[in-house]
Amino acid sequence: MDFLSEHQPELLPGKRSLPPVKGVIEAPHGTTIVAVTFPGGVVLAGDRRATMGNVIAQRDIEKVFPADEYSAVGIAGTAGLAVEMVKLFQLELEHFEKVEGAQLSLEGKANRLSTMIRSNLGMAMQGLAVVPLFAGFDVDREKGRIFSYDVTGGRSEEQGYAATGSGSVFARGAMKKLFRDDLSEAEATTLVVQALYDAADDDSATGGPDVARRIYPIVTVITEDGFRRLTEDEASDIARSVLERRLEQPDGPRASLL
Amino acid sequence: MSTPFYVSPQQAMADRAEYARKGIARGRSLVVLQYADGIVFVGENPSRALHKFSEIYDRIGFAAAGKYNEYENLRIGGVRYADLRGYTYDRDDVTARGLANVYAQTLGTIFSSVGEKPYEVELVVAEVGETPEQDQIYRLPHDGSIVDEHGSVAVGGNAEQISGYLDQRHRDGMTLAEALRLAVQSLSRDTNGSEREIPAERLEVAVLDRTRPQKRKFKRIGGRQLARLLEAGGAETASEAEADTDSDTDSGGDVE
Repeated sequence: MDFLSEHQPELLPGKRSLPPVKGVIEAPHGTTIVAVTFPGGVVLAGDRRATMGNVIAQRDIEKVFPADEYSAVGIAGTAGLAVEMVKLFQLELEHFEKVEGAQLSLEGKANRLSTMIRSNLGMAMQGLAVVPLFAGFDVDREKGRIFSYDVTGGRSEEQGYAATGSGSVFARGAMKKLFRDDLSEAEATTLVVQALYDAADDDSATGGPDVARRIYPIVTVITEDGFRRLTEDEASDIARSVLERRLEQPDGPRASLL
Repeated sequence: MSTPFYVSPQQAMADRAEYARKGIARGRSLVVLQYADGIVFVGENPSRALHKFSEIYDRIGFAAAGKYNEYENLRIGGVRYADLRGYTYDRDDVTARGLANVYAQTLGTIFSSVGEKPYEVELVVAEVGETPEQDQIYRLPHDGSIVDEHGSVAVGGNAEQISGYLDQRHRDGMTLAEALRLAVQSLSRDTNGSEREIPAERLEVAVLDRTRPQKRKFKRIGGRQLARLLEAGGAETASEAEADTDSDTDSGGDVE
């Protein structure tokens, strides 16, 4: 990134001069991303909808990307800017790894992403915010970790579960009731799909599983074996089993009162 | 002011080439071989920290003999070139041919500019394709020329002798274990023809493996995996000598 800013600064986001605009620019926005840790790793998932005002801009957008072998980014906010930011982030991690011959620490990666979000602050003030969720497996501490951000680049580590985007309030509520310390990988992947379902239930900008078009949430798992995205079949199995139970209990599993 | 001695351009260039060649020959040799599933880099390197081989991009690897600081400089330049190109356009638009051209320009400019001393390096840029026919190996000597190589290539040290040895014995479609074995044999031959043993800890081995599911095909091989492969290669050559028709060569290609 330093090299890029010296030689071809026009390729960097945040270095462009902004046209003076009045009002909010209409551009596709990505919506809900959720993450859950489990012993041995972390799960990061996102719905597939992008909205532009009250219109659904895209039904099958992909908002969860591998950053490198042991980490992934899920993006909420202005889709175009977010995708570019992720691309640059991936490039930087890979570049560092190749030049130095060693991977950045998970903290290092999280800090780098923080700087990139901060450089987008000008755009964020005009309504083009990018708020990602960063999850990865910390090879040194041997556990999954989640970092959330705000528009100014403020970084905070989340314990257990986290959500970002417009449906995050509802997703977080669902995860709060369903989360346990001793989830298995299979349970954790089910939990994130439940949370996304709840988000889609109450937030119009979040897409639920689309059985007719076979569009299901993107679910990724990061363990010490590295990043893995669940195949279409695996994701559809989870989404279908959740959907089936919801036909009987539309509000999903109930937590005990006391 | 005193007039400098006149040196003919031919003589000046010959001197510079001689200087660079001597510097490169002082280092240890390394070899790059094609095998059935990709390209393998083998060299003798007592250092764990300073690598002779490196990943440049998804399918492109880099090997260098000569002065460390000079080729490290070129390596980082190559990584920058590749990453910038891949970011600006697409990952598929980064090719070994393009990279080799940039290296040739750089080396050529440095070699012929009077102010600078010529780089004492010889590079190999290799790209693994979908099939062995699409593999590309380029050798870049110190003066900025490009040599398109097939099958096997050796640089540094007594490279000429080693490439002669490899040319006779290398064939297409070798397994990784066989190729590795051949590479080690070629490296362990001294200038005077006598053989010496190179222990596995002193070997640096890396592969560009087209069967890897990831986008990035470069992988270092070391420790137990290397020992296993060396053993398998040894067993295979032994069984071939006994005219064994049944070969389990597939097991040698397993690098995961």
